[in-house]
Amino acid sequence: METPGRVLKLDPIRSIKKAPVEEYFESGHRTCQGCLSSLPMRLMAKAAGPRTIVLGSTGCMYVANTTYMTTPWVVPWMHTQLGAAGSAAVGTAAGLKALMRKGKIKDEPINVIAFCGDGGGADMGLSAISAALTDIEYNLLIFLYDNESYANTDIQTSGQTPWGAVTTFSPPGKKHRIMQRRWKKNVPGMLAAGHPDTRYIASGTPAMPVDMMDKVRAALRAGGPTYIHVLDPCPKGWHYDPEHSVELGKLALETGIYPLYEIKDGVLEFTGITKQIATGRRRRKPVREYLEKQGRFAHFKNQDYAYFQKKVDEMWEQWIIPCVVAFSYGGPINITGSEPRVRNKNVERVNASWTGEPGHAHEQYEGVSDAPSEPWRDDNRLDEYPNALPSTGH
Amino acid sequence: MTVARPRGRQIEKLTTGTQAVAQAVKLADVDVTAAYPIRPYDGVMQAVAKLIADGELECEYIVAEGEHSQFEICKHASAVGSRVFVGSSGVGWMYAMESLAVTPSLRLPVVAMIGNRALDDPGAFGVEHNDAMVVRDLGWLLFWVEDAQECFDATLMAYRVGEDRRVSFPVGICVDGAFITHSQTLIEIPDQETVNEFLPPYDLGDRLLHPDNPITIAPQANEDWVMEIRKQTDEAARRVKGVIREAHDDFRRLFGRGGDNPFFEEYMTEDAEYVLLGMGSLGLPAKVMVRRLRGRGEKVGFIRLKWFRPFPDEELAESLGRFRAVGVIDRDYSYGSPQQGGVLFTDLRAALYDAERRPRLVDFIGGLGGRELTPEMMDEMAEITRRAARGEDVPTVSWIGVRE
Ligand SMILES: Cc1ncc(C[n+]2csc(CCOP(=O)(O)OP(=O)(O)O)c2C)c(N)n1
Ligand code: SF4
Repeated sequence: METPGRVLKLDPIRSIKKAPVEEYFESGHRTCQGCLSSLPMRLMAKAAGPRTIVLGSTGCMYVANTTYMTTPWVVPWMHTQLGAAGSAAVGTAAGLKALMRKGKIKDEPINVIAFCGDGGGADMGLSAISAALTDIEYNLLIFLYDNESYANTDIQTSGQTPWGAVTTFSPPGKKHRIMQRRWKKNVPGMLAAGHPDTRYIASGTPAMPVDMMDKVRAALRAGGPTYIHVLDPCPKGWHYDPEHSVELGKLALETGIYPLYEIKDGVLEFTGITKQIATGRRRRKPVREYLEKQGRFAHFKNQDYAYFQKKVDEMWEQWIIPCVVAFSYGGPINITGSEPRVRNKNVERVNASWTGEPGHAHEQYEGVSDAPSEPWRDDNRLDEYPNALPSTGH
Repeated sequence: MTVARPRGRQIEKLTTGTQAVAQAVKLADVDVTAAYPIRPYDGVMQAVAKLIADGELECEYIVAEGEHSQFEICKHASAVGSRVFVGSSGVGWMYAMESLAVTPSLRLPVVAMIGNRALDDPGAFGVEHNDAMVVRDLGWLLFWVEDAQECFDATLMAYRVGEDRRVSFPVGICVDGAFITHSQTLIEIPDQETVNEFLPPYDLGDRLLHPDNPITIAPQANEDWVMEIRKQTDEAARRVKGVIREAHDDFRRLFGRGGDNPFFEEYMTEDAEYVLLGMGSLGLPAKVMVRRLRGRGEKVGFIRLKWFRPFPDEELAESLGRFRAVGVIDRDYSYGSPQQGGVLFTDLRAALYDAERRPRLVDFIGGLGGRELTPEMMDEMAEITRRAARGEDVPTVSWIGVRE
């Protein structure tokens, strides 16, 4: 496929030593201690370099970062509306392209990156991101930093909030222990499946900085509209001690709750820890290890852990591409009469492992192997849920 | 009225209002446009799309997935220095409201055509002015046109005034749905050189978003700075009238059109005892009415307001003092407002409060939802205004042409 214009030559970043020392997201911001949403800003800017325009949608990374009269941004930066990351990127890229084509400004590759939170990106901004991913004429990257809540407005439930998590919009109560009953939307998978002309879509986490920076560069090199989704532990919203941020990011990978992958020109490849799990070189840890470390799940009972584990197991064992394409294959495909073709060899290996190793982490729990299908229907009164509510802050 | 001779060569063309805007968009060499369908504005995007398809306009053309995106795309394209064109109507314009609110505070001179349309429900796509008026307090400059020629002229004017560095505000060209958007008239189109002389290239200067100029636009400001920023914006808003006067003089010099007064047109007012005042397409039936009543010896005139924002308060106060009564025609409404009248009426009443000589002011709500404003309705409004001028007791606000 043709690239829509020249892109910057950005070498892959394969080790932390190869990362540039220059910073383009500097001091001057005021996010919480241990905020893993501001770290990807810094890594993303570092990977993209100085010939970049960054657009930021409303959220913590706007309000807590870009305080009037100070700015952490060394590259040009502009605010955009909560649901407008996709349109901001398209408008900026289209403006640059028109001016270059007409000779009104110098013709040169410029990175256009629009970031948004999970609230702005996975909820109200989804339609604009989807539209942007079909505008193949423009070079742009949409970068969704997913802290699993509307963090800036005091931790409210978003389309990315995990099942059962306590937020200020889903407090556990006397009647309903579980108020957040929706399973997290699979945004990168949905976008990848629905936008076949998009040349690069990936998931990452700042807990794996090299992997994340490398993906930013890969996206910018690919040209056209691209998308990266990063999972960012948020001490305020997830209610844990800030020193555990990176550890939690890793646990999300190790438990298989959140997968790392990239899809380049329609070919999927798992990366990092997820690749090890997918290829059978690592066993998934039980999700309980991840959930127990966070106050937002402090009200969980055994059946809740079990339900959560069951859902994660489904993602690994029943999805046609584990953790990416959210349906199972009923085959054989009658139209062609052939077996489904999975282009990635790693995935083939995963397919082979569906029936046996690895997985089935929930079996390691005593007494919870029969996970109830709807644990919130359980009329057990919630007596105590110490510190289950996140504190309020900025 | 002195008539100047146009510079350069003008061609005549049978054109609808929306096509006329598209012709101006082409001559303005717009760089980025974004489209989304809603009647009656969408004709302009169909015309712009065809110009692009035919290679007559080189412009990035984006079919957005909603008005919010449409206006955000153009706002951001404007920030990197491209001249943009966008538009909408009625509820579509409302859907973009968030973007409409931030564009003037970012001081980005986005130019939009508003094909005025009633706000659903009840579903109606005829003209009503409330859609455009919801941005009147936000910094949008609003020009109400009378016909296809003025659609063309106002579009060039919008770029010239909005992009002036002393101004830098978005401009809405308000075009009465159906009556102007969809009806054809002969218009004069100037040549490219003369347009270039009138309209300098868009230049954001040190506010340009570009890696060579790494600024931070719209950082988050709270109570410690917002007052100051609003005050600066207000200072710019106060400069707009002067810039409009300059642009108007240049326009007349180069194109030989536009009338004496940049803000409103006066029709047969010299010796008038009372006048009607309104905006948009109602100029035509109003002028017919004035001519007819003049034939019967009535001293009546008509004033058509062009710029609604900035509101020409001093200019109107000075002019209207000569009359004994003014009948305002509102193609809009403001429920529960002072006197329960229309928006134009309310603003005009405020503008006249400090005037030395104040005419009696009455209001007419008419033509809502696209209902035609006929010469007969004009007669009725003129009659009430005449009685007001004679000191008779008439209602301050009358709804005209409503089935009882
Ligand atoms: C249209 C609109 N609705 C609501 C808000 C209020 N608001 C400001 S920040 C924010 C939270 C955004 O959450 P997210 O996108 O997840 O980013 P985060 O705060 O988590 O970084 C909300 C809802 C807004 N700014 N705009
Ligand atoms: S609330 Fe969460 S995302 Fe927001 S600044 Fe604090 S740690 Fe970061």
